[in-house]
Amino acid sequence: MSNTAISVTDLSKKYGEQVAVSHATFEVPLGTICGFVGPNGSGKTTTMRMLLGLITPSGGTGEILGESIKHPEKYLPRVGAMIEGPAFYPALSGKENLNVLATLGGFSTDRVQRLLEQVGLADRGKSKFKTYSLGMKQRLGIAAALLPNPQLLMLDEPTNGLDPEGIQEVRALLRSLANNGTSVFVSSHLLSELELISDYLIMLRKGEVVFTGKMSDLMLSQQPVIIAKSAKENELVLLLAIAEKAGHHATIRDGAVHVQGPAEWAVEFNRAAFSAGITLSQITPQLPNLEETFFEITGEK
Amino acid sequence: MWNVAFAELRKLRRPTLFFGTMGAVVFFSALFSSLLFLLIDSPQGNSDRGRVVSREVLGLATGGVQGFTSVGGFLGIIALCVFAAQTAQEYTYGTLRNLLVRQPGRLRILLGKFIAMKLFAFIMIVLSAIVSIGASVILAPRANVSTDLWFGSDGRQAIFTTFINVIISVIGFGTIGMVLGLLLRSPISSISIGVLWLLIVENLLVAVKNSWQNWLPGSQLNAIAAGGKAVGPVADGIEYSHALLVGGIYVAIGATIASFLFVRRDVAN
Repeated sequence: MSNTAISVTDLSKKYGEQVAVSHATFEVPLGTICGFVGPNGSGKTTTMRMLLGLITPSGGTGEILGESIKHPEKYLPRVGAMIEGPAFYPALSGKENLNVLATLGGFSTDRVQRLLEQVGLADRGKSKFKTYSLGMKQRLGIAAALLPNPQLLMLDEPTNGLDPEGIQEVRALLRSLANNGTSVFVSSHLLSELELISDYLIMLRKGEVVFTGKMSDLMLSQQPVIIAKSAKENELVLLLAIAEKAGHHATIRDGAVHVQGPAEWAVEFNRAAFSAGITLSQITPQLPNLEETFFEITGEK
Repeated sequence: MWNVAFAELRKLRRPTLFFGTMGAVVFFSALFSSLLFLLIDSPQGNSDRGRVVSREVLGLATGGVQGFTSVGGFLGIIALCVFAAQTAQEYTYGTLRNLLVRQPGRLRILLGKFIAMKLFAFIMIVLSAIVSIGASVILAPRANVSTDLWFGSDGRQAIFTTFINVIISVIGFGTIGMVLGLLLRSPISSISIGVLWLLIVENLLVAVKNSWQNWLPGSQLNAIAAGGKAVGPVADGIEYSHALLVGGIYVAIGATIASFLFVRRDVAN
């Protein structure tokens, strides 16, 4: 049996001349939480739709839970998904909406109440969907995705509209599902969220995969950044010049100079700044976070 | 397929939709039948388009279902609206992707929805038959119309035949509604274009040239409901078998094209 939840090779989608996804190749190991990141329009949702059989790929192949994506009926009963936000019938209650989907998929409607409790909607299950807040709609979408007790859960921006408490709950829920063997494939524009929960990461840019691998490998492969602030703002340009003269890539961002280089070089940098008559108010070596790494790899900022 | 049908029934039994539609069916069935008897002596006529249905005609074995026959075309319009809305709303709400993730067999989705909506239409027709025939029985004595033949052997045959004809007609209208819903992917567009065509465009075309009624879809389905007779302003008549054939061809072509597009089209919203 395959040990990958998702495996795609050269998966592509074109709309006329416009390329939405270009030769995407990646694997998502079973039982992991895989973050799927990319700027708006990079092809994340299109890729997810192809994996769910909603749109036909223009080229390439793929497998979900060991079955070809050409036959979604073979794997979809084991897959839960929420794509492009929660979509339900506004005039039906949350509970009745889930009952519709449970009946459709041939699942027991007994699960519905338990799922509503799991996502914190037990007391609003009988309210009409149209009266729900964005966060409640999102929770209902997650409950719907959990209906089949899935082996693979595919969520598109699941924390959209949730308050910090809700985000934390979703994070805990995804982690507990992964601990119980469910593979989770989750896209989000909140990179800090994915950094906290993902074991595995796939980065897309303009329809192309620019990174695929373990989150830990990605973070370790990145050079640390030394962030330096001077007492006087007009001295930042001088600091930038000192760093570049020493052969390090540096940028000015948020009132500080960000220098890529080993943490040990901070001492030398401080000394060089002092020699140039600059007093540093702060110098901090730190590993880049996912957001910085993302921008570094995609060159988006 | 049956799971899809049961899921669809959960949506169709929503009180506002179910009781609202059935309420309209009861009201208009009672109204159409009542007017036949209450306006029996009116010089403006007592049936649609000012036609006069006399005491003698109402006293025949087919008299008991005259009201039901009259309301048949109206039931078709209701079915068209319900079928179109229930189909197109899956696009506007974005719920189609949920349906397809849970049931990737697209033709099964269509067939399941169709079965559920046919059941809804069947309940509508049964209710309409009961109300219109019931109203006719209650009002006939007041209008001095004899009901002796209504429930005899021929009368029961007429009730049965009319019931089947109305079912065929209503399912035909409903299928056209579903086709419009699939093609236009918007409840408002599909209902407005469907109703506009059936109630206004076809009548205008028939008014311009009466023979066109033999080739227009709404006219065929109305003629089926009426058991084969004229539906245009000039009562030349459409043969039942002709209406069944032409109407069937329209419905079959529409259903084939819409199903093909539904199965092949990307779900990108």
